[in-house]
Amino acid sequence: MVTSMKGFQKALALLFVVAMVFIHPGSAAAALTIEITQGERSGIPVAAAPFRWQGTGDPPENLRAIVAADLHRSGRFDLLSPADYLSSPSEVSEVRYKDWRLIKAEALVVGRITEKGPDQFEVSFQLLDVYRERVKVGLRYTANAAQLRQVAHQISDRIFYEMTGIKGAFDTRIAYVTMQLSDGGDRVYQLMIADSDGHNSQQILKTTNLPVLSPAWSPNGQRLAYVSFSDNQSGANVWLQDISAGTRRPVARFDGSASAPAWSPDGKSLALTVSSRGNTDIYVLGVESGELRRLTKHPAIDTEPAWSPDGRYLVFTSDRNGRPHIYRVSRNGGKAERLTREGKENAGASYDPTGKRLVLVTNRGQGAGYQIGVFYPESGRTDVLTDGTLDESPTFSPNGAMILYATRMGRDGVLAVVSADGRVRQVLKSTEGDVREPAWAASR
Amino acid sequence: MQRFWTILLVLFLGVTLAGCAASKKKGGTVEVEDATIDGSGADVTTGASASGVDSDDATAGEIIIIDQNDSDVDDPLGQRVVYFDFDSSNLTPEAQRVVEAHAQYLTSNPGMAVVLEGHADERGTREYNLALGERRSNAVSQIFQAMGVAPDAIRTISYGEERPISMGQDESAWSLNRRVEILY
Repeated sequence: MVTSMKGFQKALALLFVVAMVFIHPGSAAAALTIEITQGERSGIPVAAAPFRWQGTGDPPENLRAIVAADLHRSGRFDLLSPADYLSSPSEVSEVRYKDWRLIKAEALVVGRITEKGPDQFEVSFQLLDVYRERVKVGLRYTANAAQLRQVAHQISDRIFYEMTGIKGAFDTRIAYVTMQLSDGGDRVYQLMIADSDGHNSQQILKTTNLPVLSPAWSPNGQRLAYVSFSDNQSGANVWLQDISAGTRRPVARFDGSASAPAWSPDGKSLALTVSSRGNTDIYVLGVESGELRRLTKHPAIDTEPAWSPDGRYLVFTSDRNGRPHIYRVSRNGGKAERLTREGKENAGASYDPTGKRLVLVTNRGQGAGYQIGVFYPESGRTDVLTDGTLDESPTFSPNGAMILYATRMGRDGVLAVVSADGRVRQVLKSTEGDVREPAWAASR
Repeated sequence: MQRFWTILLVLFLGVTLAGCAASKKKGGTVEVEDATIDGSGADVTTGASASGVDSDDATAGEIIIIDQNDSDVDDPLGQRVVYFDFDSSNLTPEAQRVVEAHAQYLTSNPGMAVVLEGHADERGTREYNLALGERRSNAVSQIFQAMGVAPDAIRTISYGEERPISMGQDESAWSLNRRVEILY
């Protein structure tokens, strides 16, 4: 009896291991790959030596490539090509600083991956100041193979912080929606979450012929609010999904439709758009209390609310003066103030973490189409960062340094990242069909 | 009589030509997955795990709309789709004629339920277009109600730019996508 019980436990343990292998997101092939579309050589010149592999077989992950791609994507750095490196150190004691001054590197990243046991690795890196000839920071990590990408993003975050004084945002997550046409002509929608570079994607919702849009992360990164439809009979509604539990519910039942959810910074309220009897206005819903408060009351379209980081204001899109433009209203309601005056139309605005800039979709007129712009409410200036014709859904990285948005490559929708200064743009190329509606989580 | 022939045609197309002459709207289904990703520590990073469970399956009924090209263009009742100008919910004189004909039919056939499905082209943000589709379907609903159709018999739904008829990226495609479908 004892032995058969042990056999049963063994079988159960084996089953568990097998299940883990199948469902582990690390085992899934990367669905999004980065393609560099534009980059100016105007950032800080940084060299990153290949991480030395100390183990058997091939290294489990190219950490240097992940770190280099992260740093480049931020727009703050000019990654020097490994082809020009005169030596390949993996540790400060091996560094000849003049090798790096010759290629005009201001900073150098060196590192190693060491195999410590079965599926167990130690990663170490050092960031070196080439001119002062000193170590700015050095750290050591242990991880299994599936965790190595996350280690690389944490290394990027640390380097970004040391070099800029701004917290890095590479070890973060994004959400987005994919749409694929099935052979039978069905529209299959998937709500996905992934690392900030598009890797390790996981599907958290799949619907057929019921559109999914406007995902919004709760401030603690545990829940997603999004818009979908429950069937072909009722209109759009806002759903709340707990990511780890996999449970979801409509936030409320409305007389009409609800959409455009936006979490308040304290995570207690959702601003959303309710359309009832042909009128579309902004409301604020208590997530737990279910209490619904009307914020705007205007016969025009009021939609796409977004909170200021201090929670005192909301910006929204309204066509109350003809074309869509951005307005601002106190969280207590009252008179709305028009913010954007330039351009033919502006929509879909949201704040950066400082509250001093808004990212938005702007149409400058003369058939220019829709691009991503950064708008400065104090001066009224807009910097146009992209050159697509149907760019939309911009979302700031949690540190405000980058903007993720949706654009087109041919007929397909793809995600792209532009540095907040507009200097560097990269496309996250997908194998998942039409990709749209990105949202960057504030915390992991 | 018109209604009889419409039903007959729907049955005929539904049985023999589904997905060909008729544009068929399939029932929607939903699968929810769960996923867990742990936060990361200072020196030791934690991993991620996910498990997938299908739940909350829902299949709605099927709605079949007749492609207007197969209908009698001289008969406004044969037209189930009205089109709009860019960023506009104003009805063109032609659209007005079609909407009024349906309103008359519905008032003389009380008890029938009608769904007004508003759509937009892909230009502009998805959320704005959801509101624009709502406004378009409501514009049709207003005429229906003004002409005596019971408000309870009308349901408006907007799909914004999410269900385009034409996948093209030019004005000829966009003009087909800016529409309200009158479904009963």
